[in-house]
Amino acid sequence: MNASVLPPAKLTLGPVLFNWKPEAWRDFMFRIADEAPVDTVHLGEVVCSKRAPFFDKYIPEVAERLAAGGKEVVLSTLALVMTERERDGVRDLTADSGGFMVEANDIAAAAALNGRPHVVGPFVNVYNEGTLAYLAGMGAVRVSMPAELPAATIAILAAQNLVEIEVQAFGRIPLAISARCYHARSRNLHKDGCQYVCAEDPDGMPVDTMDGKPFLTVNGTQTMSYHYLALLAELAELRRVGVNRFRLWPHHCDMVAVARSFREVLDGTLSPDAASTRLADLAPDAEFANGYIHGREGHRLVEDDLAIL
Amino acid sequence: MTAENVELVCPAGTPAALKAAVDAGADCVYVGFRDETNARNFPGLNFSRPELADGIAYAHERGTKVLVAINTFPRAGKPEIWHQAVDDAARLKADAVIVADVGLCAYAAKTHPDLRLHLSVQASASSPEAIRFYHQAFNIQRAVLPRVLTVPEIAALAADVPVEMEVFVFGGLGVMAEGRCALSSYATGLSPNMNGVCSPASHVRYVERGEKVVSELGGFTINTFGAGEPAGYPTLCKGRFEANGKLSYLFEEPTSLNTLAMLPELIKAGVTGFKIEGRQRGRAYVGAVVKAFRQAVDAIRRGEAPPDIDLDNITEGGRQTAGAYERSWR
Repeated sequence: MNASVLPPAKLTLGPVLFNWKPEAWRDFMFRIADEAPVDTVHLGEVVCSKRAPFFDKYIPEVAERLAAGGKEVVLSTLALVMTERERDGVRDLTADSGGFMVEANDIAAAAALNGRPHVVGPFVNVYNEGTLAYLAGMGAVRVSMPAELPAATIAILAAQNLVEIEVQAFGRIPLAISARCYHARSRNLHKDGCQYVCAEDPDGMPVDTMDGKPFLTVNGTQTMSYHYLALLAELAELRRVGVNRFRLWPHHCDMVAVARSFREVLDGTLSPDAASTRLADLAPDAEFANGYIHGREGHRLVEDDLAIL
Repeated sequence: MTAENVELVCPAGTPAALKAAVDAGADCVYVGFRDETNARNFPGLNFSRPELADGIAYAHERGTKVLVAINTFPRAGKPEIWHQAVDDAARLKADAVIVADVGLCAYAAKTHPDLRLHLSVQASASSPEAIRFYHQAFNIQRAVLPRVLTVPEIAALAADVPVEMEVFVFGGLGVMAEGRCALSSYATGLSPNMNGVCSPASHVRYVERGEKVVSELGGFTINTFGAGEPAGYPTLCKGRFEANGKLSYLFEEPTSLNTLAMLPELIKAGVTGFKIEGRQRGRAYVGAVVKAFRQAVDAIRRGEAPPDIDLDNITEGGRQTAGAYERSWR
């Protein structure tokens, strides 16, 4: 494959899915703005509306710093919208996003953005060309693929040439969202009186099987994989079928170095193997997986080459 | 909404269950084709086209409606399987199809403008704005609400949208927002959205370890049972896991939803359809549950309190919950 004939690959970072301390979140984003080789950064609370007030006050200065660093800023909406307050939040953001692109993470947000360019996030079910075409007709210009989609499906969607297709490439995989908070439940609390215990686990709370095998992680109302997704050897084949944008989910590790590793693999200056070794050093406790893209169980680490017909 | 307008929407995984539901007083029966187009794609279940034709004839002769669930998300490159299912449901005079995928909604609305569309719970439409979108874009006439809302939230929603509301009132209870859960595919490679299965039997094993029986899904231990204790099915979100140094049913206990006692409240909230889960259940189960809910709705129609009918012996693990309808569930 001749990489020079492909359009340049782009990297998206965020949003941060975990409940980090607001100042730590701000400082993390400042460093991303100044140092990370990413094209786009997502801000906004996707998981739990109770967290949003703590971060919202920092969004303007973080967005400004990111823009100064040459990054496109996208504001992400909440994935599960139920209450009046949550609906107001989505309505306000979609009505006036201060000139920033908005990522819709449920169909109601996409409907509110109908007729204007927007991003459709990985929490909207886009599984086929019919849905992709409909959302493109509403103004979607970029669609981030749901986590469980195999490469064969992604290739078909990319071949429609309707929107920019983004694939998740790094971090714990968001698997499910609920009205119930399992972080609170693990402390015998309810969501209403949760004491924000999710802040105690900046990379999520590990969930093991009864025989001690790591399995999942809990992030408030969200359930995630235990394994960290890491697509490296797969990037070239995904690029060949028309995927030119990859998303990195932020973790409590050196994300600037993580982003550099992906950038260098995409630029052809670092081998996927070398990048893999580097990721293992950067996230020493992480176990890696790539099963979904290979059409397998999400937790699997598949060594075979990705070959899309 | 009054009790007069309420419909009992009952599951049928087989022609025998359909007859049992109709005979026990179902207002509507919902069914699926025998393939990946429906979210209960289990071996030995569901309807061939001729079976559906017979089932619809049986139901219509007795004044019962038949709804066809085509509620998985079509696989890219193969939309015609799902399109054919919609075409066949329309041709066989189903009273409505239950759909979740935006692209499939668009196909059904365009190709069969007279076919009534119900929005599946798998679409996870949890707000008035989401439901209005499906109504305005595809003329959806009824929305099955995700099991994430409290009764006051349902009431507020029903007052705010121009379509009928349907809620689950009995049976297996998912704890994640429906249509937005990939836990099953993470462990097994097969998911509700893509394959119409959750925690599929093909990936279940029961392993004896000393005195104990371990239930596994995709090689992950989901629960352990002592000698003589009945080993429950390892549905992923109803397993026992260790988190925060503690072993617990972290997501949900192995309970069943039962809202018999809440029916008057739900009617007051403006709900039209009362949906009973369980297309994977046998005709005896379906007959017993439908009969109980029929009695309850008829009692409410006469202005009486719903009778206290014991359904303990047929619920999962014998334990019951009102689930997300009560705020403390969260």
